[in-house]
Amino acid sequence: MTILIIAEHDNQQLDSVNYRTLTAARELTGDIDVLLVGDVSEMLVTAARQLPHIHRVYCASAAVYAAQLPENTAPLIATLAKSYDYVLMAATTTAKNILPRVAALLDISMLADVVQIVSADTFVRPIYAGNALATIKSHEKIKLLTIRATGFAAAAAASSSVTLAPLETMDTQLTAQRVQFISTENHVSARPSLSAARIVISGGRGLKSAENFKLLEGLADQLGAAIGASRAAVDANFAPNDWQVGQTGKIVAPDLYIAIGISGAIQHLAGMKDSKVIVAINTDPDAPIFSIADFGLVGDFLKILPEFRVALGETEQTQG
Amino acid sequence: MKVLVAIKRVVDYSVHVRIRADGSGVETDNVKMSMNPFDEIALEEAIRLKEQGRATEVIAVSIGNTACQETLRSALAMGADRAILVETAHYLEPLAIAKILTALVIQENISLCLLGKQAIDSDDNMVGQMLAGLLDWPQAMFASKIEFTTENRVRVTREVDKGLTTLDLTLPAVISADLRLNQPRYLSLPNIMKARSKPLAVVPLTTLSIDTTPRTTLIKVSAPDKRRTGMRVATAAELVNKLRAAGVLP
Repeated sequence: MTILIIAEHDNQQLDSVNYRTLTAARELTGDIDVLLVGDVSEMLVTAARQLPHIHRVYCASAAVYAAQLPENTAPLIATLAKSYDYVLMAATTTAKNILPRVAALLDISMLADVVQIVSADTFVRPIYAGNALATIKSHEKIKLLTIRATGFAAAAAASSSVTLAPLETMDTQLTAQRVQFISTENHVSARPSLSAARIVISGGRGLKSAENFKLLEGLADQLGAAIGASRAAVDANFAPNDWQVGQTGKIVAPDLYIAIGISGAIQHLAGMKDSKVIVAINTDPDAPIFSIADFGLVGDFLKILPEFRVALGETEQTQG
Repeated sequence: MKVLVAIKRVVDYSVHVRIRADGSGVETDNVKMSMNPFDEIALEEAIRLKEQGRATEVIAVSIGNTACQETLRSALAMGADRAILVETAHYLEPLAIAKILTALVIQENISLCLLGKQAIDSDDNMVGQMLAGLLDWPQAMFASKIEFTTENRVRVTREVDKGLTTLDLTLPAVISADLRLNQPRYLSLPNIMKARSKPLAVVPLTTLSIDTTPRTTLIKVSAPDKRRTGMRVATAAELVNKLRAAGVLP
């Protein structure tokens, strides 16, 4: 059996989510190859070749692939995919954009957001915002899967002294027809990314204003945490869209998830209920979020937040 | 410009789903059903294009059982010009749905397909991308803004994991709607009345000669592990102590 992982990257760096896809791939049997598509840096190629347990790296690097448009990357991936039994991608917006198009080109029925591999052809994926789990057997010759990161632990990185996996360069240059990449607006932050953070602090509409929402930043920096938001908070412009946690936003499962001013709509719970420890802080003692929280604190966050920071030892830190 | 909007009838977003005791699926009998919220946003966008004079006709299409007619009537009441139900009693995979839509797009000479980015029941997020692939059309998924720059060129802002990205597409094209694209309108009573006389064609799936044989088998549907309700703490200091004891804070 052979497995192809299509790597998630930003042309410069390998996303840490690939290590989770790799764990899923290792639960299947077969040689694992990795494909890089983009306009990729030397550093990225080396990082991909250093991935543990892999057989070889294919690299299709050209300016035409820089934006990873499905119009030209999907045909490229489809051609390579034909010689594999499995094609895996981390369930990111990049994969959700590209892989179904690959599936259509190959006439394959694919499975999204796999959280568990039961056997060589049977997989578990959440449906209904994670309120049900579907166990599905695929009869397809090639299994196309997107892998939900929260379902798999990260494979340990190889030491840098490890031998580099062989590299095969693909010199195709397909043009994306009738589509032009204009721009991208990345919300850069010094904080860890939502999907990789050990601690996530999320705010909801209960914070009442963008100014109040900003107060979460001090706490996040103190804890080295990422900041998330409920849909309501994003809709109210308290936070940018890429901070949204939920059924249709990011799915996270950190060690600690602190929900502040979030009532706990089903759609939000879908994005965070697999967190190890959940804390809810809310003025409404009947908020549904409390039903899934390990620790609940009823009260006004404007009063609680400073107390929380003091209890964490902020006073000593600022004085020292 | 003719616009096709794909509409799925799903369990209403506010319903707490119940899993059937035999594990065969989620209970849908006697459960409130609605138009998939993302499809409603896609339809709203199509209707606005009609109101701006860009779209000449908005066609709402649903694929499913006869009850989908009710959902299509809502689409007509919102402002779609006509509706097509491709009727089948069977569950269809996203690829089969995309194949059926492809046939309709060609038959109806469609220039723009608007879909919801995902259905809130199966959470697949695939049909739009597959449709674009089958048609070999450009695609802009998870759109939060759609702006025509010329007669057949459209600028789309997409919501992605790292922020926003903007593309220019030349029609014909497929666009899928994300949550913040617009706020769908409410149905008014006069429009609900008017929708009753708008055309709704029912096409049996069997007449389309498209192979929709499933390529997967649903083994079972089960409930996820339930989280236990934890404890209440009285103060922030107590919370910090508990979190330290749980080993999640230094």
